[in-house]
Amino acid sequence: MELVEEALSGNRRALARLISQVEDNNSLAAQARSAIYSHTGHARVVGITGAPGTGKSTLASELAKAYRHAGQTVGIVAVDPTSPFTGGAILGDRIRMRDLAGDPGVFIRSMATRGSLGGLARATADVMQVLDAAGYDIILVETVGAGQSEVDIARAANTTIVVEAPGLGDEVQAIKAGILEIADVLVVNKADRDGAASTVRALQAMLDLGAAPRTILHHGMTMTVGVPIPPSQSPDFALPWRPPILQTVALEGRGIGEVVEAIARHQGHLVESGEGEARRRARVEADLVTILRETLLRRLMTNLAPADLAGMVDRIAAREIDPHTAAEELLAQRP
Amino acid sequence: MDKKIRILIAKPGLDGHDRGAKVIARALRDAGMEVIYTGLRQTPEMIVESALQEDVDAIGLSILSGAHMTLLPRIVELLKANGLGDVLVFAGGIIPDEDIPALQALGVRGVFGPGANTEDVAKFVREQVENRQGDKMTG
Repeated sequence: MELVEEALSGNRRALARLISQVEDNNSLAAQARSAIYSHTGHARVVGITGAPGTGKSTLASELAKAYRHAGQTVGIVAVDPTSPFTGGAILGDRIRMRDLAGDPGVFIRSMATRGSLGGLARATADVMQVLDAAGYDIILVETVGAGQSEVDIARAANTTIVVEAPGLGDEVQAIKAGILEIADVLVVNKADRDGAASTVRALQAMLDLGAAPRTILHHGMTMTVGVPIPPSQSPDFALPWRPPILQTVALEGRGIGEVVEAIARHQGHLVESGEGEARRRARVEADLVTILRETLLRRLMTNLAPADLAGMVDRIAAREIDPHTAAEELLAQRP
Repeated sequence: MDKKIRILIAKPGLDGHDRGAKVIARALRDAGMEVIYTGLRQTPEMIVESALQEDVDAIGLSILSGAHMTLLPRIVELLKANGLGDVLVFAGGIIPDEDIPALQALGVRGVFGPGANTEDVAKFVREQVENRQGDKMTG
């Protein structure tokens, strides 16, 4: 794989094309993914999620600047939604990242969700791996920003930042959204605005109310544990992590240092508590199950004659057979 | 799975009018393309860097300042220098007819004025990009 070699040796044009290959999931993608895998595992992945208008892109840009200042290279993956009606998308996150232009230590890639729900594109994890293999120290992943149920990012990232802003109906949102549980670090951005203190209080109250809710990954499923297990009884999670609530004004670069510091503390916690390794295993298991599911389905569909499928659809539509029995029958026909 | 067309819409130079660029961006999205929109006051260097990182098939440049005869040659030159000579470049905005042949000679494949039909632009992009991909497959 010449393209992989070039991309990994620092050729940015090759890197961009390799990303397209895995994103398009074309015939070369599987080979490319295999070729890069042994080069991954070096990068630290920070996810940034939150409702639209909270300032995710600006925060990502400021964090990138801080990491660059510390001598680390940064890859950014910014995800925006694909229109379900036209299949097109407008990817506008670069508008807020213009300060990073011209820096060879930064690589920014915009991605459309292409029909995927959950805040990331289907290939986002693969693109992260490509950037990891290419040697970027920090990978910042900005989700779509529906602000709710964007749990995919918690699975993909080492540290997940949930961004809130005053005046977006946060008190209600914080209760409604399942998003608080995925936060490792909570950021109240636009903290110079009225209502920042009450947003902080609301988040604080939510954390107290939930008795430090934690999200764990169990066989690839995200589960929220509302009642913390006493540390003595949980050797794997010896140090419970309470997400810090930080205030920033990202547009002016205020409070960014504290966020960087909180991320570093969280990464330290992941290592010390063993939670990082547990999360990693769960992620790998979930990935494997996903790949198995897709591979089996693809094999089945290529072996299935279109006429057999159509015939079965006719029978289901005519209510001669129920869909579950139909599926079992089709599966039974195949060795 | 069919390949999505990725396109960069950028505004080089100093004029602050981005309505045309936004209209085109939306029209191309509605035509099923992935449009990377980078906003106002982009330098040629910024535009080419974005095009490279985003691996786009095409770049649409909106210029109303009259600086097209300096900005466009510079962008085309930088694209070639970065191995992006195969990316489709087209321009829109206020560009006098007498400048069009010189721009086409540079490799700017389409020039669209203020009255251009957005569907024509989308069709132009699709045809040009598909031709190029066809060339790459056979060449």
